[in-house]
Amino acid sequence: MTNTVLIVDDSKLARIVAAKAITATQPAWKKFEAGNADEALTLLSQEKIDLAVIDFNMPGRNGLELAEEIRKIHASMPIALATANFQDEIIAQAHTIDVSFVAKPITSEGLSGFLAGAALKLRGV
Amino acid sequence: MTEASLALDELERDALAELVNIGVSRAATGLRAMVGEPVILSVPSVEVVSRKAAATLIQERESDQLIAVRQDFNGVFSGRALLIFPQANSMALVRAVAGDALPTEELEALEEEALAETGNVVLNSCLATMANMLQQPLDVSLPHVIRGDGPIFFELNERVSENGVVLFLYINFAISGRNIRGYIAMLMDLPSLEALKTLIREFINRVMGSDDLGQFT
Repeated sequence: MTNTVLIVDDSKLARIVAAKAITATQPAWKKFEAGNADEALTLLSQEKIDLAVIDFNMPGRNGLELAEEIRKIHASMPIALATANFQDEIIAQAHTIDVSFVAKPITSEGLSGFLAGAALKLRGV
Repeated sequence: MTEASLALDELERDALAELVNIGVSRAATGLRAMVGEPVILSVPSVEVVSRKAAATLIQERESDQLIAVRQDFNGVFSGRALLIFPQANSMALVRAVAGDALPTEELEALEEEALAETGNVVLNSCLATMANMLQQPLDVSLPHVIRGDGPIFFELNERVSENGVVLFLYINFAISGRNIRGYIAMLMDLPSLEALKTLIREFINRVMGSDDLGQFT
């Protein structure tokens, strides 16, 4: 099944790395990229997007704030927060809105668990 | 060395900011564990400025006396890392790290040591993360606590004029539960910038695969 993933990161390099990591395990999946929360929400309103990988530390709204916004519209979309910032409060907040963690720097191994889970979940929908 | 070779291009600057971001995010996780309160970070700024301008950047925003934990690093590239905050926040940070139970006199006696150790944890985790990602070892000096204003923190080498350019990276941090705020800053001089540029190129090629580079040139 082909899914569409939204990659949100203010770093262009980080978006490329994430896209590569996704392609390594899910070569057929379609990818969209956004550089900040506003761009991400615009894309979400225009395109059919199945899952999202979101950077935490971004100018404007951070990744968790964006994830909260997305949750209001897409209650069950698989979302991963990509960060090296593993503070307890960030983990707790992510859990309350059912957002997974992916360690930065993103690797295909690090992302594969989230992608496999998302693929299963999306197949079930 | 020409100005052109010195400047980082858009993708190199992006990669450097991302390296710093990952390093500082890990450092914040360590600091959170030490102070028991959430640590909030800004997005990193990366600038190539004169040494004087680097000092001014901090000074402009801070009218009060500052305190900093300084660690110099040496390797393929060299420079200085600093954890800077207003001197007025110093005891609050010591209290957060050492515990509220200790009497004030004991906390005061601990100040220097507690600051040095906090700086050591934050700066080392930041530098070690960057060194690992760039696949180059860095020697990090012992932490020194210094007090004063901007220029004192940023003198890297007496032989270099204050108009010489440096690579200046900084991030604001805040521990809102304790009313503590400050900066994590990094400073590198010109030869280091050239070496760093090469390492960043290699890093980009490694993480992207060099065949993808066409679209950015």
